[in-house]
Amino acid sequence: MSAPINPEDIYEKAEVPSGRLAMWWFLSSEVCVFGGLLAVFVMLRLKNPIWEESAAKTLTVIGTINTLLLLTSSLFIVLAHHYAEKAMKDIKFKEHASYYLGLAIFLGFCFLGFKSFEYYNELSHGVTPLTNLFWSFYFFITGLHGFHVLIGIFINLWVWKDVKQGVNLQRVEIAGLYWHFVDVVWIFVFPLFYVA
Amino acid sequence: MGHAKPNFWNTYVFSIDHKMIAKQYLITGLLMAAMGGFFAYVFRMQLAFPGEAVPFFGVVEPGSYNSLITLHGSIMIFWVGMPLLLGGFGNYLIPLMIGADDMAFPKLNAMSYWTYLASIVVLIISFIVPDGPASGGWTFYPPLSANPDYTGVGAGINLWIIAVALEFFSVLMGGVNYLTTVCNMRVKGLSFMRLPMMIWMQLIAAILFMFSVGPLLAGSIMMLLDRTAGTSFFLPAGGGDPLLFQHLFWFFGHPEVYVLLLPALGVVMEVLPVHARKPLFGYKLLLWAFVAAGALSFVVWAHHQFISGMDPRMVMPFAALTLIISVPFAVCMFALIATLFKGNISLTTPMLFTLGMVAEFLIGGITGVIVGASAGDIYYHDTYYIIAHFHYTMVPITIFAMLSGVYHWYPKMWGRMYNETLGKLHFWLSAISFNFIFIPLFQVGQMGHHRRIPDPTEYEFLVSTMPYHKIATYALIVLLLAQFLFIFNFFWSMFKGKKVESNNPWQATTLEWQCPSPPVAHGNFVEIPTVHRGPYEYSTPERTEDFYPQWEKS
Ligand SMILES: [Cu+2]
Repeated sequence: MSAPINPEDIYEKAEVPSGRLAMWWFLSSEVCVFGGLLAVFVMLRLKNPIWEESAAKTLTVIGTINTLLLLTSSLFIVLAHHYAEKAMKDIKFKEHASYYLGLAIFLGFCFLGFKSFEYYNELSHGVTPLTNLFWSFYFFITGLHGFHVLIGIFINLWVWKDVKQGVNLQRVEIAGLYWHFVDVVWIFVFPLFYVA
Repeated sequence: MGHAKPNFWNTYVFSIDHKMIAKQYLITGLLMAAMGGFFAYVFRMQLAFPGEAVPFFGVVEPGSYNSLITLHGSIMIFWVGMPLLLGGFGNYLIPLMIGADDMAFPKLNAMSYWTYLASIVVLIISFIVPDGPASGGWTFYPPLSANPDYTGVGAGINLWIIAVALEFFSVLMGGVNYLTTVCNMRVKGLSFMRLPMMIWMQLIAAILFMFSVGPLLAGSIMMLLDRTAGTSFFLPAGGGDPLLFQHLFWFFGHPEVYVLLLPALGVVMEVLPVHARKPLFGYKLLLWAFVAAGALSFVVWAHHQFISGMDPRMVMPFAALTLIISVPFAVCMFALIATLFKGNISLTTPMLFTLGMVAEFLIGGITGVIVGASAGDIYYHDTYYIIAHFHYTMVPITIFAMLSGVYHWYPKMWGRMYNETLGKLHFWLSAISFNFIFIPLFQVGQMGHHRRIPDPTEYEFLVSTMPYHKIATYALIVLLLAQFLFIFNFFWSMFKGKKVESNNPWQATTLEWQCPSPPVAHGNFVEIPTVHRGPYEYSTPERTEDFYPQWEKS
């Protein structure tokens, strides 16, 4: 077993810290999952103008509220990251970081709450994934996105636990990257399913 | 770093040392190759002796024939090719070749191996569920695959899809790890342009995989929903589009070929200079050729779909792009031959396998031009000609190059030398029998044998293919038996082989030959190297030795 080594002494200078770099690489493949899926949806939507009738039935109001919720939570993540950086120099800022991270998590739960209500509403009106291909895509894509929101919440909770102790503060940024990604996906999902 | 005290479990089983994980990948992958090989033996026996009971298996029903070919294909590509070439060589060589003590994320690395193992468990469960294992071909086209009634297979296919998805996640985790490790953990002096080609190939392969697999991952969930929840994403009966799946599949499928090919060529490009004592010809030229091929690989996928109802206006562009993509590989072939030119070639076992790989792959590439043009493809589509063509690419990649690498790095991996005579015998038997399998199958394909017909004697025009089928099957048996030489050599030499005295038995230049053989557990290098030159400095005139290692100070 070799003696502990200091990376800076032996390796070429790293442009981007490993954690952040790995998250970027991971997200680049996530972009392909949603990018491919949404591209497929757009092409089919153009081929099937009749889907407009179904698309008109999505609850635009709740979609809008959810968009605002996610955007606001992204803002809170940015603030949490800002204070986490500060807390690395002065630990008293960890309170702020943890406060904003907590808010972001709360809004994430709110998003899922509204989304569940929406599903409940649709199902109780007899609209299911089997109604037609539009609804299949609607439930699949929003469901897959919702699943990513849930994972994002778990990541944030896991980081939050550490932030409250004032340790692993650099992870706020990495969790934040993921959260922003989930947010950006919704920015594409919202107009495609609720507005167009 | 603080490692727990070494014991059996954390050394051999739950290890986070990249070298042990690489060995786990290697051994598991080889076991899966044995499984895939056995399935090939069974259906080839059925083709040569239709209806007769196959020794060690029994009578092959048409349904089980479909399962056997499906599993043979998917196992060889997903559970043999990727784990060996990426999981095995990537894990072993990346830290050693860049002078790192381990991967950037050792636990993620272990997790990717365990996910791979979990995928195998799911796959094996799929063999024993009611209605039998997956059928419908490794490409898995709907509507056949999307509705359980069409194949008569229920849970077997669902589990197969889950197993493939798990394996994809495993490779994804590995890819993120490889990319981060190479970006951030190169020793001082090792700039990107001094990386050994193997490392570049692993990087490009990881990127190709990560950018191509996403849509298919989504597609496989949609396929599962079609099969279980009753949606019709791919079923025309419910308004879905079966061609959509073909697009998603081949958008992944063509880059996937390069995900396997590039690391295999990585092995070739490491082995050739060492055993020919010549610098690799055209390092930058090769690098850009592979970058170009990687980029082009995203825009050729529809050449797999020329006869499945494509807009004819799209056929021409895809055929043209497909022919263009052979240019970078032609460049590669010339560079490899130029590397050999006037070299001081020693025909060691790894060199033989590498030369074999290049020669066989050339045949695969040339027959690829014939079927890449839509005119040829329309006749040859789904015949044994296609089978022979892609086996001339995939076997050199996953078997010949892989074996070349296993022999070449054997002394580093185990600290002992393999037996050279057995190795050479292994090569000649494998290479000759391989050609005797697939040259006859080109002929079978030209005679019109469709790949999904399990019994040629049922069709009058195929009866004359029988002699060719018999030759191919006998040759396959020789090929499989020859692998016992390798298995024996591999395990016997591990304990009884000649001990390697030098760190650098091949007198090579790249960093993995600077550390002890085998490298130190958890840490690799005794003396941390710094890099002073490119990776292929052989036969430089100003030195008496014919090699100039990367780590030696000038
Ligand atoms: Cu292709």
